[in-house]
Amino acid sequence: MIDVAVIGGGPAGIAAALALRARGVERVAIIEREGSLGGVPRHCGHPPFGLREFGRILTGPAYARRLEAKAEAAGVEILLCHSVLGLKPGGVLDVATPEGPRTVKALRVLLATGAREAPRSARLVGGARPLGVLNTGALQAYVYLQGLVPFARPVVVGTELVGLSALATCRGHGIKPVAVVEAGNRATARWPLGLLPRLLGIPVYYNSQIAEIRGGTRVESVLLRDGTVLDCDGVLLTGRFLPEASLARLSHLVVDAASGGPAIDQYGRCSDAAYFAAGNLLRPIETAGWSFREGWTIADYIADDLAGGLPSTEGGVEVVAGEGLKFVVPQRLTRVTQLRGLMQLRVNAPVSGQLRVRAGDEMLACQHISTRPERRILLDMDGIKIPPEVSRIVVDIAP
Amino acid sequence: MFDVAVVGGGVVGCAVARRFTLQGARVVLLEKGADILSGASKGNSAILHTGFDAPPGSLELACMQAGYTEYLEIRDRLRLPLLESGAIVCAWSEEELAKLPGILAQAHGNGVAAARMVTPGEILAREPNLSARVLGGVLVPGEHLIDPWSAPLAYVLQALANGAEVRRNTEVTGGAFAGGAWRLETSAGPVACGTVINCAGLFGNTLEALLTGAADFTIKPRKGQFVVFDKAAARLLRSIILPVPTERTKGIVVTPTVFGNVLVGPTAEEQDSRTDAGTDEATLRMLAEKGAEILPGLAGMGITAIYAGIRPATERKEYRVRQAPGYIALGGIRSTGLTAALGLAQHAWGLYAGAQQPVANLIWPQVPVLAEHGARDWQSPGYGEVICHCEMVTSREIEAALRGPLPAGDYGGLKRRTRAGMGRCQGFYCNARLAELSAGCFAAPLAVGGAHD
Ligand SMILES: Cc1cc2nc3c(=O)[nH]c(=O)nc-3n(C[C@H](O)[C@H](O)[C@H](O)COP(=O)(O)OP(=O)(O)OC[C@H]3O[C@@H](n4cnc5c(N)ncnc54)[C@H](O)[C@@H]3O)c2cc1C
Ligand SMILES: Cc1cc2nc3c(=O)[nH]c(=O)nc-3n(C[C@H](O)[C@H](O)[C@H](O)COP(=O)(O)OP(=O)(O)OC[C@H]3O[C@@H](n4cnc5c(N)ncnc54)[C@H](O)[C@@H]3O)c2cc1C
Repeated sequence: MIDVAVIGGGPAGIAAALALRARGVERVAIIEREGSLGGVPRHCGHPPFGLREFGRILTGPAYARRLEAKAEAAGVEILLCHSVLGLKPGGVLDVATPEGPRTVKALRVLLATGAREAPRSARLVGGARPLGVLNTGALQAYVYLQGLVPFARPVVVGTELVGLSALATCRGHGIKPVAVVEAGNRATARWPLGLLPRLLGIPVYYNSQIAEIRGGTRVESVLLRDGTVLDCDGVLLTGRFLPEASLARLSHLVVDAASGGPAIDQYGRCSDAAYFAAGNLLRPIETAGWSFREGWTIADYIADDLAGGLPSTEGGVEVVAGEGLKFVVPQRLTRVTQLRGLMQLRVNAPVSGQLRVRAGDEMLACQHISTRPERRILLDMDGIKIPPEVSRIVVDIAP
Repeated sequence: MFDVAVVGGGVVGCAVARRFTLQGARVVLLEKGADILSGASKGNSAILHTGFDAPPGSLELACMQAGYTEYLEIRDRLRLPLLESGAIVCAWSEEELAKLPGILAQAHGNGVAAARMVTPGEILAREPNLSARVLGGVLVPGEHLIDPWSAPLAYVLQALANGAEVRRNTEVTGGAFAGGAWRLETSAGPVACGTVINCAGLFGNTLEALLTGAADFTIKPRKGQFVVFDKAAARLLRSIILPVPTERTKGIVVTPTVFGNVLVGPTAEEQDSRTDAGTDEATLRMLAEKGAEILPGLAGMGITAIYAGIRPATERKEYRVRQAPGYIALGGIRSTGLTAALGLAQHAWGLYAGAQQPVANLIWPQVPVLAEHGARDWQSPGYGEVICHCEMVTSREIEAALRGPLPAGDYGGLKRRTRAGMGRCQGFYCNARLAELSAGCFAAPLAVGGAHD
């Protein structure tokens, strides 16, 4: 029997394992399907990683190696090439291993399986299906893990941070993007990062979307909705992250359709109290440093829970993302005398107004907010008092 | 000198190559693509039909039923999957409801005795997640689901194992028939044979014109687009949900797949191009919405894949099968070829009436198990590592698909042989690994070069 099984050895999972060991939890195992620990940073051969954790700026692979070394040194049991395929009530896991399938039982399980970008199919990008259409995650794996390039002159879709990081990756490896295509009327990433394409001399098409990908064996061009045809040999679809939540979705756990991740309470506890979740699985998307810290924090709660210290989930309060909000995490609050911690929110469209927390007609909190999609929005729960008869609160933005 | 040259490595050509080989003929299969299944057989609904709604008395019906029977006979030995889903033809309007008795009568007339009327209550008991708007239906228990790519692969592998030759990247560009033998011109040199069997699918009339001077039929390509939903949707549905068909098409189906997804499609779009299997966003959205109307749980469910297939329809509804000296055409195998292929192969053998001796000790190669309900490779130890996590494809499977008697000829062929890259992430995690593992294997490699720092 394992005390805590951590599924996923990215920044969130590793931080959690370190925290649990630091709290004296005996048997902590990381179950990771890849051949090494580190998660997505393993194939992000660029900075910035590690500022929060190691006090210096590292590339992704260097950061991943440090995390892996820490986990080893801390006496974490590391199960590589182990894929978790099923979650059963009470902390029982179906695991595929190169030695054959096995079952792992743990007192508590932490899900930390991360997030990935939406592929072409999920975006319903039409046209032919030639080679050369991929996400940034795949591009980075080509370049940094395999030393290969999948195209030479791609059209890059999206201007989230990851899209700009993709431009940097291309530039460093002999790939010359022919254009950036952005659905919005300005870059999603914060100024001045949004200026990067222009600095690199790459034309940006705002308010634009691909209507059709053209080509035979390989991509030959894309047709934009306004009729523009861009000759290219690849399409790089960046951003639009989705939690890698299929394990949760196929299980008994409640999954929040809005965030795409498992529904949790303020301790990171899922609908089955043997399961917790942390990192980008909870919400698209945060930095590695954030995910690391979140893994650490939630692991602390797990250690409390093992010591009998977490309040019961009985009679919890549902948290609903109302008007103007894309999602709210956590989706449930366990009733306590003194709420603490942060709510994480995102919006679907640029908005400014009053961010409100309400129980029926009663205003529990209210603050001014002005924000855009993909920006981190936090709401401090400290001081919010939920009346005893209330079982549902709504968070929304009033113009 | 071959007895027969089968032109076209679609599902029909693969089945024909197998049948003729097993009967003792010396067979060569000529396929212009880098791999088999380069045409119509690349994308379909994967239903093994009973023929309940096929035209009564038609060759199509006879071939579908013979094909269905033979598939069930041979599938264990080739290790081909079968998902015994059953189908329900559902009526969603009074008008459609009125057509059900006719559909049932046709099914019974076609020998599908198990078909019967079902009430909305029975339908919903069987399919509790279906929209409660359903007014009634015809249940056809014998409609099943198969793996549309492993089946033809198994047919052609059995042909190969028993002495046939398969030449890919070989396009037939012309030919002359003289003195009872053909000299075929191909992009890879001449081929001599006694009989040509035209299984060129979408190019059936082109090939016929090349070989005989004029074509007896015209291909009218008809595209069908599909949306594939995430595996989480699989628990919403057991049966194939068929609409009440119209004159032109069987209509939009909502069906489980053997791979554990839910499929919605196909459309029926006439077009000139025989190769443009493009999708468009408006249609894909329409399909997703249509799917959610029928199976409300699909709303908000992730979309794993989008694709289209092209039916080799002709100006007429029936199969265009014809024979001339040294020549058999299996043309216009429009929308039932996956089911009918083995039956068409039997029929072609009958037309050919060869005097060869059947192969004595038949070899039965087994194809990899890709169906979700089967014993997948990762379940047995020693698989190396999992390369594609979404579909749980192992390095042992990838290596096997890149080697062996008929290695994958392109990335599509690798996907169809293993399912690598076909899952929800569509290669976010594994595409680069696949590029590395398949380096040097394909004329069109995944990577275009090395990364220089
Ligand atoms: C292209 C790209 C560039 C980025 N650049 C930066 C940057 O410059 N700076 C920055 O701070 N952040 C960056 N990020 C974001 C950063 O990578 C993430 O915030 C961070 O990796 C999230 O950590 P995580 O632990 O939640 O998930 P992940 O790092 O995704 O780790 C999840 C782990 O779980 C494993 N796993 C998943 N499912 C299973 C299963 N069923 N069984 C076993 N194991 C499983 C995966 O293999 C993986 O190792 C970038 C992200 C991308 C995609
Ligand atoms: C949307 C859709 C849904 C369908 N659903 C089902 C279903 O559920 N059940 C079912 O039973 N059937 C279904 N079908 C029908 C089935 O897919 C077709 O009937 C079948 O694939 C036709 O196969 P074929 O071998 O005749 O043609 P093809 O697959 O087109 O094969 C012809 C081959 O010949 C090659 N070729 C052409 N010209 C030459 C040349 N000159 N030299 C060498 N090679 C050449 C091509 O490259 C191609 O590979 C569906 C079809 C579609 C499009």
